[in-house]
Amino acid sequence: MQKHTFTIGLFALIALIVALSQLNILDQYYTSVIMFMGVNVMLASSLNLVNGYMGEFSCGHGGFMCVGAYVSSLCTVLMFSKNQILGAPLLPPQLAFIGFPIALMVGAGAAAVAGLVVAIPSFKTRGDYLAIITLAANYIIISAINNMEIVGGPRGFMGMSATDRAMSGVIDLPWMLIFVLLGSVFTVWLLRRFVTSTLGKGVPAICQDEIAAEIMSVDTNRMKLIAFMLSSGLAGLAGGLYAHVLGYVNPQSFDIMRSTEVMVMVYLGGMGSLSGAAIAAVSYTVLMEALRFLDVWKWVVIPLLLILLMQFRPEGIMGNKELSDLFPKLRKYYSFK
Amino acid sequence: MSLLEINGLTRRFGGLIAVNDFNIEIGEHELVALIGPNGAGKTTVFNLISGFYQPSEGSIRLNGKDTKGLRPHQVTALGVARTFQGIRLWSEMTVLDNIRIAQHYRLGYSLLDSFLRTKNYMLREKAIDDIAWKLLEAMDLKDCANELPRNLPYGVQRRVEIARAMSVKPSLLLLDEPAAGLNSADVEGLIKLVRWIYDTFPVTIWMIEHQMTVVMSLCSRIKVVDFGTTIADGTPEEIQSNPTVIKAYLGDDTI
Repeated sequence: MQKHTFTIGLFALIALIVALSQLNILDQYYTSVIMFMGVNVMLASSLNLVNGYMGEFSCGHGGFMCVGAYVSSLCTVLMFSKNQILGAPLLPPQLAFIGFPIALMVGAGAAAVAGLVVAIPSFKTRGDYLAIITLAANYIIISAINNMEIVGGPRGFMGMSATDRAMSGVIDLPWMLIFVLLGSVFTVWLLRRFVTSTLGKGVPAICQDEIAAEIMSVDTNRMKLIAFMLSSGLAGLAGGLYAHVLGYVNPQSFDIMRSTEVMVMVYLGGMGSLSGAAIAAVSYTVLMEALRFLDVWKWVVIPLLLILLMQFRPEGIMGNKELSDLFPKLRKYYSFK
Repeated sequence: MSLLEINGLTRRFGGLIAVNDFNIEIGEHELVALIGPNGAGKTTVFNLISGFYQPSEGSIRLNGKDTKGLRPHQVTALGVARTFQGIRLWSEMTVLDNIRIAQHYRLGYSLLDSFLRTKNYMLREKAIDDIAWKLLEAMDLKDCANELPRNLPYGVQRRVEIARAMSVKPSLLLLDEPAAGLNSADVEGLIKLVRWIYDTFPVTIWMIEHQMTVVMSLCSRIKVVDFGTTIADGTPEEIQSNPTVIKAYLGDDTI
């Protein structure tokens, strides 16, 4: 029983947030901040697999998020909303409960496939050169979307809120909030299981000594493929949720600025620490909202905080440690079996 | 059939011939040394065997199987493990993890198994763990299982590296200058360790070594190379009195 304390606590927290939002104690604003937190947790922890555990410098995470957002949006718009080009909804709203998760999975799958654009060059290239490739991948994706008239090009794409309405029409609950919270728990859970397995430990082995890894029987190409595709796939999942939270996406919201923001969260939290990434994503979102009164000066203060962090704690909030390393007693309260 | 059969192995780097027409045949359960002056191409031979370089000419056969075109991890899966001249442990992971990861080629579970923690996953991880702990215990490294390698003394790091190589369950163990940088007490320990490995496991050990005390007290057969070419091959006694070897190491007195 004690072993499940953490899991039970986590789901109790989710239930509490959902209940508070349902009863309007948490207003629209707080609910959306919590949803962005969830999306940021997913983005930061998935990028951490590449930038933290594998030690590569991927700065195109926004691109994969974009693929996930657009592909899943296309799916749900096709299924559940009326669109000028795509026509009337194909499915009745009751099916949104099945259709929406499937659309998210399709988006994540497409983003994982897009991850190949970076994964395959990574067999031969690393470091700065691979960073340039990830940057290029980001630009390729954004430019492609900008030129696709079917998804509105630079004007953006909308109609995703029909899915939310369809679900709320059947059962009145804040469905997007529920999906985002479950999505972020799923992301961290999946990554955690991967990096604690002997298979997943091949990833930091590549980071620490790639030649030794290859010669000690780690199939480095396979590990890179898994790491990049898992990372970009989960970014795609986050993108899909983000698109449905906002109900509207445009290519500009996934450009290099977004990728940088995610990178900041990873370095803030500590490379190679999943709890660090989650803590950083939450505190970064809070900070962004708390400093809203500074207006444009926010963009002076936040980078300044980053400079100070790099000066005085370059390893980030958590370093490469997890919460359970710092507080070993926590281990009593959860199990990963 | 011999374990390792190298025929006419040549490797050029541009105009430099690092290894020239290298031949050797090593049977099962032998202890062989490869010696030669610095820059003679010894490590290149090891790099060629482990698949890190591809030969320019010639062939390498392991248990009769040609390793041409195989990537290093595939060669390792055939039962070749090695250590490095400079220690190359994963320094930010515990000793235990270092030894676990070297069993990557026989994980026996898929990515999906690791997500779902299936029964197969649990069984395999348990087996990997058992092998790691047994090795650590046998090689007297149990106390530092949860230490990071960079916090360990140099001599212990060497032992960890050899333990990591042994967790591959190799039929051929390549040791690249295992005694380099060790003090005399550690060298003695190393000789005992290599002897113990040789007596305990069905493994052929082939080492590059400069310290003659190590070579002479362990190896039954020595191959000497210089400028990429084999200049002598024989028992320790034969090598010690071989004039070509003496010339390679001490130089020629004719100017």
